[in-house]
Amino acid sequence: VASPADLGSPVAGRGRPEDHGRGLRGLAPEPEAAAWAVGALAAAGGAGAWPEPMAPRRYRVRARRRELADTVTLLLDPVDEPIGAYLPGQFNMLYAFAVGEAAISVSGRATADGALPHTIRAVGATSRALCAARPGEMVGVRGPFGTSWGVGDGAGGDVVVVAGGLGLAPLRPAIHQLLAERERYGRISLLVGARSPETLLFRHELESWRGHFDLHVEATVDAAGAGWHGHVGLVTGLLEHAPFDPASTLALACGPEVMMRFTAQALVDRGVPADAVRVSLERNMKCAIAFCGHCQLGPTFVCRDGPVFPWSRVERLVGIREA
Amino acid sequence: VTTRATLVASGFFAGFPPGDLERLDACAAEVELEADRHLFRQGEPADRFFVVREGLVAVELPVPGRGVLIVDTVGEGDAVGISWLFEPARWQFDARASRPTRLVALDAGCLRAALDADPELGHRFTRRFAAVVQHRLQSARLRLLDLYGPAAGEDGGGVPG
Repeated sequence: VASPADLGSPVAGRGRPEDHGRGLRGLAPEPEAAAWAVGALAAAGGAGAWPEPMAPRRYRVRARRRELADTVTLLLDPVDEPIGAYLPGQFNMLYAFAVGEAAISVSGRATADGALPHTIRAVGATSRALCAARPGEMVGVRGPFGTSWGVGDGAGGDVVVVAGGLGLAPLRPAIHQLLAERERYGRISLLVGARSPETLLFRHELESWRGHFDLHVEATVDAAGAGWHGHVGLVTGLLEHAPFDPASTLALACGPEVMMRFTAQALVDRGVPADAVRVSLERNMKCAIAFCGHCQLGPTFVCRDGPVFPWSRVERLVGIREA
Repeated sequence: VTTRATLVASGFFAGFPPGDLERLDACAAEVELEADRHLFRQGEPADRFFVVREGLVAVELPVPGRGVLIVDTVGEGDAVGISWLFEPARWQFDARASRPTRLVALDAGCLRAALDADPELGHRFTRRFAAVVQHRLQSARLRLLDLYGPAAGEDGGGVPG
């Protein structure tokens, strides 16, 4: 494993652009024609050429946008050979040099020149350091790892996307894919739960999606002030009025595990087959290559066999109490 | 006075036999509220039971220093009002239309009398009503966990991104 010293330090002299907030170059919505997966640079031969799977590649923070009080989106430019093409739902290991690595999902389409968006919540030392990274600073990236949402499996049927809290970030590339290929799918529902109206992630984008005439978008929060005119309650409550034919529906759910468990059960109760319900699990990913065993869940390694699993495969496993 | 068709369409009563609906029809009326108008307020006599036909009702409470907090919303087909069934039959929360809302309102005294007079109807109604209460209880319990709240712990164990 390369040491932080080998990989360089934050670039001095390059200047530290301020946080520009929304509309920042590169974080604005990409043109419709842009691929939702990174593609371009990886197709040029980048993927797989890196000799050491545990060695991160250097990426520089191009832009940083604060999403919520504890959550930022970093847009990362490759400095070394870029990582391979990713699919919606896959994750990268982001390395805050001299602090540590954390598994972070790619949270949107790559830009045409290969910059990757990652949305990070500050929960521990590493993610706090990543959230604090400023434009011009360097981070390490390994990936992409794990399974994808398999959005294309929903073609010809309805799709229900259920996001709780920060769970919208790993689902965002899947939503971009659905919108880019809108004609392939039947009815599409996006149901979002959050703690409060103030903590709805990507709120402006949610409002924009809600304006689509062919997209059913609803949000609910745990509690709200009187100024909120939306729903208050569990995200599963939104399923009752979502338009979908259970027998031919692909459902994607991401959020706190308890929320996913109740969501998956509600979907199955409505008649969605358990293998058409997909959830993205979080475990203690360390190596991300199914070697160290930290993320083992029964007979599976979440980093390799997940993070996206059909509910039929993990329903029993997530029900096992951990010591 | 509303019609049986309205009651059937109200969701909560879906599947009730025609005889039940006929009996309940005598207790029912339709109510329309503009957005931000109150259906009832905390402390007032709980003299009606409501089912939302269209719109959204916010169940809320004024909290000193924090303004009015919405604890639940009730949408199409769902029931508003639990306190009417139990003594002292006073509303514990405010209920306000979040948007233009139409409801079916059943007079509490008339409804209680109908449920007492016909044990089969009473049983059907109570089972349906208990399901609503169970759903609200589960929702409140899960939200007590504050699952979306600040994550305590380490990277990798929680949801850093």
